[in-house]
Amino acid sequence: MLSNGSRYLQFIAVATMATLISLTPGAHAQDSGTADAAEKPYRIDPDGTTDWATFNGFRRYNGNCLACHGPDGAGSSFGPALMESLKRLSYEQFFETVVNGKSDVNTATTLKMPALGTDRNVMCYIDDIYAYLKARSDGALGGGRPAKHDAKPPEAAEAEAACMAN
Amino acid sequence: MARMNPVSGVVLGLTAMATLWSVSAFANDELLSLQKDPKQWVMPLGDYSSTRYSGLDQINAKNVKDLQVAWTFSTGVLRGHEGGPLVIGNMMYIHAPFPNTVFALDLSQDGKIVWKYEPKQDPNVIPVMCCDTVNRGVAYGDGLIFLHQADTSLVALDAKTGKVAWTAVDGDPTKGETGTSAPMVIKNMVLIGNSGAEFGVVGHVTAYDTKTGKQLWRANSVGPDSDTLMDGEKTTALGKPVGKDSGITTWEGDQWKTGGGTAWGWMSYDPELNLVYYGTGNPSTWNPVQRPGDNKWSMTIFARDADTGMAKWVYQMTPHDEWDYDGVNEMILVDKEFKGKERKLLVHFDRNGFGYTLDRDTGELLVAEKFDPAVNWATKIDLKTGLPERVKEFSTEAGGEDTNTQNICPAALGSKDQQPSAYSPKSGLFYVPTNHVCMDYEPYKVAYTAGQPYVGATLSMYPPKGEENLGNFIAWDGTTGKIKWSVPEPFSVWSGALATAGDVVFYGTLEGYLKAVDAETGKELYKFKTPSGIIGNVNTYEYDGRQYVAVLSGLGGWAGIGMAAGLTGAQEGLGAVGAYQSLSQYTALGGTLTVFALPK
Repeated sequence: MLSNGSRYLQFIAVATMATLISLTPGAHAQDSGTADAAEKPYRIDPDGTTDWATFNGFRRYNGNCLACHGPDGAGSSFGPALMESLKRLSYEQFFETVVNGKSDVNTATTLKMPALGTDRNVMCYIDDIYAYLKARSDGALGGGRPAKHDAKPPEAAEAEAACMAN
Repeated sequence: MARMNPVSGVVLGLTAMATLWSVSAFANDELLSLQKDPKQWVMPLGDYSSTRYSGLDQINAKNVKDLQVAWTFSTGVLRGHEGGPLVIGNMMYIHAPFPNTVFALDLSQDGKIVWKYEPKQDPNVIPVMCCDTVNRGVAYGDGLIFLHQADTSLVALDAKTGKVAWTAVDGDPTKGETGTSAPMVIKNMVLIGNSGAEFGVVGHVTAYDTKTGKQLWRANSVGPDSDTLMDGEKTTALGKPVGKDSGITTWEGDQWKTGGGTAWGWMSYDPELNLVYYGTGNPSTWNPVQRPGDNKWSMTIFARDADTGMAKWVYQMTPHDEWDYDGVNEMILVDKEFKGKERKLLVHFDRNGFGYTLDRDTGELLVAEKFDPAVNWATKIDLKTGLPERVKEFSTEAGGEDTNTQNICPAALGSKDQQPSAYSPKSGLFYVPTNHVCMDYEPYKVAYTAGQPYVGATLSMYPPKGEENLGNFIAWDGTTGKIKWSVPEPFSVWSGALATAGDVVFYGTLEGYLKAVDAETGKELYKFKTPSGIIGNVNTYEYDGRQYVAVLSGLGGWAGIGMAAGLTGAQEGLGAVGAYQSLSQYTALGGTLTVFALPK
């Protein structure tokens, strides 16, 4: 996937113009180069090999999201199971929540999702994390570390270097 | 003689007044005597030596099978409940995780709520707490209850009324600094250590005046000697001077400024040596390739002068950490014979899987042995150099970035985490709640943003190859470094242990059982399933002639993170290990105190 980090760059540009609302549905599919990328942004071969983005999404999810949302996107004692949430949320809703956070704090519950829009460790890999969680949510990918994965493509390495240097 | 001598009556009266006076003047003197009274439980780890031992023996190995629930109390909070209640006189003080509610119950009025304190805290602190919104308990001293809130505020509450006497702000949660640790009162000071190494904050312990909340000293874990309160000549590591600015020279460039080493665990205090002991946590980030050097003084045992904070000696257990083996676990202070000589010892069960015994006066390393046979990242610890002999196969530094290093034991949560052990002077044994978990660890590059996670590794956790139990409860001989007995548990034992003069040892399990075992053999004598998984610490007290055992249940914390999936519940990707039942099939959330006693 060429989109590694592109959303973050776009977010920065958009945020600078203070027109976050312009992130319209459909933009993602165009970015990813295929019409159905938003619906199925991952590739898993019959032998279990995943594309780099899905595998990288697994890694970055574990580093940045697992501490609340639990292993495998399966939830914890205090964070919702994202493999379930993504059955309901669109890519745009997912993106919006990651960027701006979410709050549900009252007498019965203390759920608080932080705004991660300025966190490069998340935003540079947001599409990868989405691909991984979508694969989990669709039941296309089991729990744990994906058995095999594509090598890191040079484009991903370049996009990573550019985005992380921001 | 029935009639009182008038002179001695006056003397008695004066003595009583003098005692009262000194109680209000020196919190330390009051606590020094209170910690010896087995009827009360005045500090989270029982006493300044952190033994979690009680001299009470009404409940003993013979009759513990008859134990019953005497009463229960709900905290009304669903998150993970670490720590445990304090008992001072007829009052019991209970704390809860965020929002950090504190209850004062009157034991003489059937647990009537005398006061309740609930701080208003910015909920933005919730997501910057690494592993649930836990709190490890309140402290007592000088007629005040001290609460270390999630948002780093240290609050002094009047023990009688719950009224706020003062508030001190310890750190900045918008940068990822939070409060989870229990305070400790020493002399006229209350000490706290911060949390937030997963966010690249600088670790420190700070002493505040119990009367005013004024900061008296602060000792950072990293940085120049003026910040770490070290003297390059006088502060020693294994008998040798540490050298100037060792908290900078062991880092590359300015990396120490986001270096971590938070002091989020437990403290102990030796009143004779006037030294306070605690350990520091992981260096930031979890990616070792990104931070060359020994990263001092992360992963270190500190011995500091209580009055000034100056470091007398240090010992870094895991230089240049590659696995997140925080060094924050409790330091148990015991006076014991070692190789024919009476020594002042410090015993510490580290996350890295080694049980250490040191001379707590000099910092000399005496024993370092594995307390879980599964430990494989190092073959042994060299007692002379203090260095672990690392195994390259399990080095995530050697493996490098973007490489998955497999089958490392223990996992990042350690062979034991913060859950405190107990020591019985009767049996001479240490009782240690342990994790029996291994991991794969893949470090990768991360960027630092203030207030955002700074982790830099992905992990998978599972029991050691060919095994299914994720925990053990063990008895340990600290002078020989040998396991005396080991009780397997299906899940990690995440509850603090209690040893008693009744030759019974208590602990809780993640499924929610409060268990009593024989101190000599480990044989199970009693169990009861409380309303939720136990990550709290068991304590005991006596009121109105009756001995009680109390524990908070309420699943969460690190242990709760794996709850939904089970730590190994879904290893389809690995296709190995064998399915393990998920914890969510055994228990659900909810904070409750359960108090046990023998039938009347």
